[in-house]
Amino acid sequence: MTTLPARAGLGFKPQHFDAIRQDPHPPAFLEVHAENYMGAGGLPHAQLTALRQDFPLSIHGVGLSIGGTGPLDDAHLARLRLLCDRYQPESFSEHLAWSSHGTEYLNDLLPLPYTSGTLDRVSAHVDQVQAFLGRRILLENPATYVMFEQSTIPETEFLAAIARRTGCGLLLDVNNVFVSCTNHRLDPRAYLAEFPMHAVGEIHLGGHDAEDLPSGPLLIDSHGAPVADPVWTLYAEVIARIGAVPTLVEWDNHVPDWSILAAELARADGLLRQVGRDAA
Amino acid sequence: MQRDIQPAFRDALRAGHLPPGITAADPSEVARRFAVYRNNVATSLGQALARRFPVIERLVGPEFFAGLAQVYLAADPPTTPVLAEWGAGFAEFLGGFAPLSGWPFMADVARIEYARGRAFHAADATPVDLATLTDADPALLRLTLHPSVLVLRLDHPAVSIWAQNQPGATPLPLPQGPEIALILRDPAHAVPVAAISSAQAAFIEALLAGATVAAAASFCPARDPVPQLAALMARGAIVGAHRQ
Repeated sequence: MTTLPARAGLGFKPQHFDAIRQDPHPPAFLEVHAENYMGAGGLPHAQLTALRQDFPLSIHGVGLSIGGTGPLDDAHLARLRLLCDRYQPESFSEHLAWSSHGTEYLNDLLPLPYTSGTLDRVSAHVDQVQAFLGRRILLENPATYVMFEQSTIPETEFLAAIARRTGCGLLLDVNNVFVSCTNHRLDPRAYLAEFPMHAVGEIHLGGHDAEDLPSGPLLIDSHGAPVADPVWTLYAEVIARIGAVPTLVEWDNHVPDWSILAAELARADGLLRQVGRDAA
Repeated sequence: MQRDIQPAFRDALRAGHLPPGITAADPSEVARRFAVYRNNVATSLGQALARRFPVIERLVGPEFFAGLAQVYLAADPPTTPVLAEWGAGFAEFLGGFAPLSGWPFMADVARIEYARGRAFHAADATPVDLATLTDADPALLRLTLHPSVLVLRLDHPAVSIWAQNQPGATPLPLPQGPEIALILRDPAHAVPVAAISSAQAAFIEALLAGATVAAAASFCPARDPVPQLAALMARGAIVGAHRQ
């Protein structure tokens, strides 16, 4: 199986279909949310089929609830497999989070405690997904706003253990690292120093919002703003350390004009090419 | 065995209390932090419903719709991560929603909007050539219509209401009485909504039920199916022709 190029890619939005195809510096790959392409036909598939001819593709799931207590949704797994069979993406990724409870879908990436019990459960879910899809997946670190009293395992260690047990790769969301560490008053550089970088197959860069609490800022992973400067700095440090990695600029809410996205993309790609030159 | 946090966490997303076992760097702020999740769930699902039912949102106003969405969410939450499929029960819900009882057409407008979403995502099918129809004996010919084709019999002039609430539409006097909607996805992936006569509806419904063209034509003026077939052809809605 081929892999994503170690350049800058973009989360595809239907309104940018023409702009992407006309831009002289198009994204190096595209990423789509799996759940937006689970209808039978129509415009979404027509666009994705056309784009697939020209772009490496990452399919990113937001609804599998891998971190959930209950069993994975067989019907949803089947639709994911259909989608992966149809488009043969270079990468499939999901989240260390839960988003369904029973049959109810909550449409948010909700947090879980990090314990030996949840480690067993999440690992079993990742094993099941990889066996069912017949491919290695990437699991993304979450942005979190609360912690759990019962947690006993640091998040980086938890992710490393899942990768070790299941053979899955990791999707390092640098914005999520900055959001979570700021919210929990931790040092993002210490977090990144502990992160199992050998397993990283893709990086995400997105924007966040901020509220002021008495103890300091509360950051919210909104995907509705430019990538923040401290996140760019952390990102540059990560790729200086581990080399160029396929990097996605994601902007899902209040999506701006193409030129603004293209500028974010160019900034990420410039940093990646800088790393490539330094390594050469 | 550790306690499963998920049921209490889920319940607290909808209620005013906090789930047990959560904490924060400054524990006095845990409620503000948990509120991010509560807000994400409520807002993102409210916005998903508004994307699905934009004319209802326009008719009642965004502020009313946001509150309405939360009442609906509590009554009929999504059961799939594919949010395009959520809202099958919204029309019926609106029909029984007391604050909107003075606007009885809302449910019909919601039926149109839900049907349009289904048509937008319906399976693909390639229209047949005109020759396929002209060469065949209508008494033996059965047609397959595009998977997106749907006839909706409505109690109110909801097609006109829907059309007048599209961006750039000019207000016209509303017709009285019920309308019948024909909804389909055209070859350019657009999903127009047309008001059709009861004869046209009966003709299309007969074709959908597997009648021959000759049998379905009994619903057409002068038993002539050609104008109706031409209209369906023009929209790419005839995707199969079978001689028995």
